[in-house]
Amino acid sequence: MSDPRRRPRRVLTSLTAVTVLSLAAGACSSSSADSPGGSTPHSGGHLTFALASDPICIDPQQAGNNDALYPARQLVDSLTDQDPRTGRIVPWLAKSWKVSKDATTFTFTLREGATFSDGTPVNARAVKDNFDGIVKLGAKAVLGSGYLAGYKGTTVVDEHTAEVAFAAPNAQFLQATSTFTLGLLAASTVKLPAEKRCTDNLVGSGPFTLVDYTPNKSVEERRRAGYTWGSSLWSRKGPAYLDKLTFKVIPESGVRTGSLQSGQVDAIGGVAPQDEPGLKSAGFSLQSRANPGLPFALTANVARPITKDLRVRRAIQKIIDRQEIVDTVLSGSYEPATSSLASTTSGYKDLSAQLGHDVAGAEKLLDAAGWRTGSDGIRTKDGRKLSLKVIWGANFGPNQTALELIQQQLKKSGIRITLQSATIGDFIALRQKGDYDFSWGNTTRVDPDILRTGFSGKLLNFGHLADRELDGVLDEQASESDPAARAAHVARAQKLVLDKAYQIPVFELTTVLGLSGKVHDLDFEASSRLQFHETWLS
Amino acid sequence: MTRYLTGRLLQAVLVLWAAFTLSFGVLYLLPGDPVSIMAAGGGDTNDISPEQLAELRKTYGLDKPVLEQYVSQLRHALQGDFGISVQSGEKVGHMIGTALPDTLRLTSGALLLALVLGGATALLGTYTQWRWLRQVLLSLPALGVSAPTFLVGLVLVQIVSFRWGLLPAVGNEGFDSLVLPMITLALPTGAVLAQVFAKSLRTTLSEPYVETALAKGASRGRVHFRHATRNASIPPLTVVGMLVGNLLAGSVVVETVFSRTGVGRITATAVASQDIPVVQGLVVFGALVFVLANLAVDLVYPLLDPRITTSAAVAR
Repeated sequence: MSDPRRRPRRVLTSLTAVTVLSLAAGACSSSSADSPGGSTPHSGGHLTFALASDPICIDPQQAGNNDALYPARQLVDSLTDQDPRTGRIVPWLAKSWKVSKDATTFTFTLREGATFSDGTPVNARAVKDNFDGIVKLGAKAVLGSGYLAGYKGTTVVDEHTAEVAFAAPNAQFLQATSTFTLGLLAASTVKLPAEKRCTDNLVGSGPFTLVDYTPNKSVEERRRAGYTWGSSLWSRKGPAYLDKLTFKVIPESGVRTGSLQSGQVDAIGGVAPQDEPGLKSAGFSLQSRANPGLPFALTANVARPITKDLRVRRAIQKIIDRQEIVDTVLSGSYEPATSSLASTTSGYKDLSAQLGHDVAGAEKLLDAAGWRTGSDGIRTKDGRKLSLKVIWGANFGPNQTALELIQQQLKKSGIRITLQSATIGDFIALRQKGDYDFSWGNTTRVDPDILRTGFSGKLLNFGHLADRELDGVLDEQASESDPAARAAHVARAQKLVLDKAYQIPVFELTTVLGLSGKVHDLDFEASSRLQFHETWLS
Repeated sequence: MTRYLTGRLLQAVLVLWAAFTLSFGVLYLLPGDPVSIMAAGGGDTNDISPEQLAELRKTYGLDKPVLEQYVSQLRHALQGDFGISVQSGEKVGHMIGTALPDTLRLTSGALLLALVLGGATALLGTYTQWRWLRQVLLSLPALGVSAPTFLVGLVLVQIVSFRWGLLPAVGNEGFDSLVLPMITLALPTGAVLAQVFAKSLRTTLSEPYVETALAKGASRGRVHFRHATRNASIPPLTVVGMLVGNLLAGSVVVETVFSRTGVGRITATAVASQDIPVVQGLVVFGALVFVLANLAVDLVYPLLDPRITTSAAVAR
């Protein structure tokens, strides 16, 4: 290793690193939108993006995980788009829309001239075919079946007007039309059975078209020439800049970061918190955005003898030191949760004042509830130990360490938690069985209706809640078509969930990408998934 | 010979059936099922209702009694139909068929390399009269056996691909991308071969006929490489039959580390998502490879040592 011949090269490497670092630092201090070197966006180029796992199924209407959604998103357009900054719903394939006062009927007026890549027009008929199709997919449309709950049907009013009706108020549907899940596919795709449209036969109207998907290897996409019906959010109206887009599957995280560092790929997803410092110091830029929806949290099952006591739930809410968890287990890209919704969710309200770290206050609550510290340091009451079972699924690498830290934090105040891990599939089964005090997890969704999915006593109700007030507020937001009025209901619901400590939010899941210096304007859409239309290479 | 082959075929069928049944049992004993994993979408803890899950289970026939599922799957498997993947909807036979060439290239290359490396190490290690070289060479196999495959792969990628930029780290394109995975897979296999072969050579070399040959004036090289090598190659040959199975297992790790497509990668994905039809297909495929490799080895024995006859192998 001390071979003198290697010396000059090492000096050179460190020199390059210093130069790259100072360049990166300069770029950061001006503005992240600025491109170093002052080059301007231009067409052409082939971008390679490394995915952390095989997408398995890239049909946007069936896909549920990020690695499938990145390639799937580029193939389709949606009726509307959502501004990731403001949460406002803006035109895309629909140039305007009307929502009935009770949020049961949605009328969309489509723009003219948009076509699917097989030449067929994007019209009202296509809208009807797609929504009917998603309902027919049933549970195979993992996300879509929920968005279209209570779907009565779509009426083709004329070539460019479609009216979608629901049996019950469904305010979240407008936001749902901005998602990839309700992105429109051509009739030739929609009529196929679910399994025939996972790896092939996916014809959409999006800025890229599918060239080839080889499972476990790569997804190849090509720019659609003549594409002019992009979202009103985009600054570029014409076709995408990139000629070609390749998503390579690289499951091993060390190989993924190494591939980026050695220039074998241009961008990578699924950057683990422990890989962030290395990438940063090597001069690569990290781009991150919190996922909207429910943050990672402990969600209570109030049917259990200990957790049914509000004082215990509140005490736990006060004991957990969110900042310590973020600082110890995660990285600078992550933030502690500040409400029952993540900060990027529409209608999010900062309630961090309610989530203060207050061990003394918590212990007072536990004392008042009759839980006295026993000889082994664990509190007891009537001969029963303050011991709680937490179930969790392996959907995020740092879950275990985060939970172990929570376990330590709670133990200091005399609360014991036992952790039961499960595979992702098994987790669902465990939650249905209900043999636990808290479940650990998160859900990504931009629309605040996710609160109703999580906490309404009328829906799945894994927490066994029976809270009329909360149910009422959740229903009100679901049937309110006016965005401002709806936001007020959503704010109240967030507050109620925290007041009653049904949920103890901890941190926000964050999507972290690593990018080489030549990748510009790779944008997060509202759900923190990727949009490549405006991306260009220098 | 015919009787021998019939016997072996019957054994093979038994092994295949046992593999099928065992894997079916294990997959059903595991908590969770392919449907709940699919419904979880691989990421967020989605809120899917029990009714929706039940509907999906019905679609895949997972709601039927276990015995009924087993019998129906076995019947189809006997006709060579392993059904479709729960996750992707692709035909299992087609999935394995398209992935096979890549894995065959990798494993056959690795086997060849392992034979050369293992053989050379053992032969040289037992032949050389320099004590230090003998010790170095004969301690290499132990090192090769104990180094975890994924670690070797990662180190190779880091140095050869990321630092020196000589070879691609990932993918299946061309011979370049095959070199590192092949070496990674060949090292543990070659190490086992070297261990067995070296031991066998030492035993053979201490037999009386070696002394006789030397006394009759045969050179040390001739005795070592002609007489002893041939007689000592029966144990490593037996091991090769089993190592073929190991190579297939090793391809799971190697194909994942090097992001290659192939049977190993399908196995990793299918097991992670409890994709029962795919796993079943793979298990039967693996058992078939194992059976065939060992049959081939048995047929080669008499060529090396006329004292071994195939009928005796069955009687054993």
